[in-house]
Amino acid sequence: MSFRAMHLLGIEPLHPTEITTLLDLADHYADQARRGHTHHDVLAGLTQINMFFENSTRTQASFELAGKRLGADVMSMAMQATSIKKGETLIDTALTLNAMRPDLLVVRHPQSGAVDLLSQKVNCAVLNAGDGRHEHPTQALLDALTIRRAKGRLHRLSIAICGDIAHSRVARSNIMLLGKMENRIRLIAPPTLMPTGIADFGCEVFDDMRAGLAGADVVMMLRLQKERMDGGFIPSEREYYHRYGLDAEKLGYAKPDAIVMHPGPMNRGVEIDGTIADDINRSVIQTQVEMGVAVRMAAMDLLARNLRAARGAAALGVMV
Amino acid sequence: MTKTLFHNARLIDPEGDSVTPGALIVDDGRITQVLAHAPANMDRFPPTHRIDCGGLCLAPGIVDIGVKVSEPGERHKESFRSAGRAAAAGGVTTIVTRPDTTPAIDTPEVLEFVARRAQADSIVRVLPMAALTKGRAGREMTEIGFLRDAGAVAFTDGDHVVSDTRVLSRALTYARSLGALVIGHVQDPGLSHGAAVTAGKFASLRGLPGVSPMAERMALDRDIALIEMTGVRYHADQITTARALPALARAKANGHDITAGVSIHHLTLNELDVADYRSFFKLTPPLRSEDDRIAVVQAVADGLIDIICSMHTPQDEESKRLPFEAAAAGAVGLETLLPASLRLYHAGQMTLPGLFRALSLNPSRRLGLASGRMAAGAPADLVLFDPDAPFVLNRATLRSKSRNTPFDGARMQGIVRGTWVAGVRVDEVA
Repeated sequence: MSFRAMHLLGIEPLHPTEITTLLDLADHYADQARRGHTHHDVLAGLTQINMFFENSTRTQASFELAGKRLGADVMSMAMQATSIKKGETLIDTALTLNAMRPDLLVVRHPQSGAVDLLSQKVNCAVLNAGDGRHEHPTQALLDALTIRRAKGRLHRLSIAICGDIAHSRVARSNIMLLGKMENRIRLIAPPTLMPTGIADFGCEVFDDMRAGLAGADVVMMLRLQKERMDGGFIPSEREYYHRYGLDAEKLGYAKPDAIVMHPGPMNRGVEIDGTIADDINRSVIQTQVEMGVAVRMAAMDLLARNLRAARGAAALGVMV
Repeated sequence: MTKTLFHNARLIDPEGDSVTPGALIVDDGRITQVLAHAPANMDRFPPTHRIDCGGLCLAPGIVDIGVKVSEPGERHKESFRSAGRAAAAGGVTTIVTRPDTTPAIDTPEVLEFVARRAQADSIVRVLPMAALTKGRAGREMTEIGFLRDAGAVAFTDGDHVVSDTRVLSRALTYARSLGALVIGHVQDPGLSHGAAVTAGKFASLRGLPGVSPMAERMALDRDIALIEMTGVRYHADQITTARALPALARAKANGHDITAGVSIHHLTLNELDVADYRSFFKLTPPLRSEDDRIAVVQAVADGLIDIICSMHTPQDEESKRLPFEAAAAGAVGLETLLPASLRLYHAGQMTLPGLFRALSLNPSRRLGLASGRMAAGAPADLVLFDPDAPFVLNRATLRSKSRNTPFDGARMQGIVRGTWVAGVRVDEVA
């Protein structure tokens, strides 16, 4: 088996062949869904708990749907409302849930590294659904699948990532994944929203959007993370839109067949022009959502296989 | 009182910059004679007062500036009893305590309470520092005169930076008139707000909020201007970045009364040790890049940075077992200060006398103490240690009530074989 990980905590620890294995399986699930075959039973008998310590609609819905389509028993918990307010620590919450013997734990948390910490305390497969500004691996995988299906390959592409990179876990996971698959990555942001030392990751850094977009195969827009900003990263939204918002004129610098992506939710008129987002010839934003379910199905399927293998090996007393 | 003989020792003399075989005679808590050879008539010392050092190193005990003993307020993290035992086990004979307790040590009454508790419970010497501003809030200066009379050896707000320069300049001017030593924490409060690590490639990789290393130089530059303005005696608690060093060197060359320290953690660890969000490596200021670490080690070896301290900061498990950003900062260090410092010796970066200048002599001098010297007349505060003996640190064996050490499981060299305060052995109680 070429997918060996026990958890999906980030893209950083994955090997390129693991990424390819996962994308191949997701591709299959996406095709099946398009043919109307949406229900499977590979997770039958397993329990999936979604713990979201941070607001989310689309990611949580996507994970929930993915679990249900694979036959798991799915439970979603809005953690903000419950134990945190009562003063329980993350580790205690994890231990409590672990005692209920879940098989798959999907976790989103506002602090970087929190999902790593939690994964050390439980004995089930943990999927990172976004931790702080660190990683959001399933988003990067669904972006990769979308690109692969639109462009026919996932290497030697010129990919521009534009927007609030400093606060974005989506950007970090994408930089990791697209770098591992040997693409050319161009980061475009105002210098205040560009993480320090990011050029050392093998990216080209631009603060001029037109120069950054020149010749790009893929234009990946990021949301301006207003909730993560405490004060003064940009002068105003209208100036940001003027200089870094994606409109037809700026998109003209990319390749004529360049696709436009956005992880959602979009701020129309802040980072992207509404007509670009709705242009069915350029925008693959709806495809991203569709691939999201397929990628999450594939990730949980593979992790469940490894989990079953590990449990079987443990029962027999052999090393995996 | 009977005289005590320490013989068959390698005497480390930080003042004379030498390591020589020799012997010591201690009487009434003080060193009375330093000898090149053991005296011929050793029999006149009763066996209990004749200590064979077995050829190991005997050095002036460590004076550790900036130890947090969590009394009053959080005695479950560290008490004077546990801190004293930890210090004795680590060869630290004087702990200079921080005022960042709950409540802060900002009135003579609280200071007296602390002094009384220390007197009753600590087996090593305790010298308290007091807050520079009331409640460490940076708005009004404390009763610096009364606090000094009550025994405060220095004034500091710990890691709270007084951001109002008018308040600070008045406090410094007032402290100057009393000849009091002020210790500053050099981190620009605006830039460092909310930061968990040093900004850079590693912070970006882990998605953690970072502070530019420039925040240290900015705050140091500001404080140097205020030193020039007020003429105060000043010590920067921790200089941890290469960029701050030229400013420090200039201030010293200009004749300002300024010294600087650094924690042992910043000399022996770097930002990559945080690895997968290990919160025991979360410190204030955060660990720096390897380039900074090397530059700061060199600055200590050159004498530009005067003092090495432990920045002993006890934290309980609950405040550390949290996501990295939410976890409390700080590490315990009393027991690991000497073996960790010896890493610099074993790496060939510092000599033993040089190390003890930074650990014992310079902090004593800065505080106007007679200790830190291997000479007749100095207090018999001594540490006997084997600089080469290897061990693997197991944090469960630490005497501190809190065991948040970044060196858990680390291979170290240098074991303390005995600690004496005023000629009385203290490490055996521990």
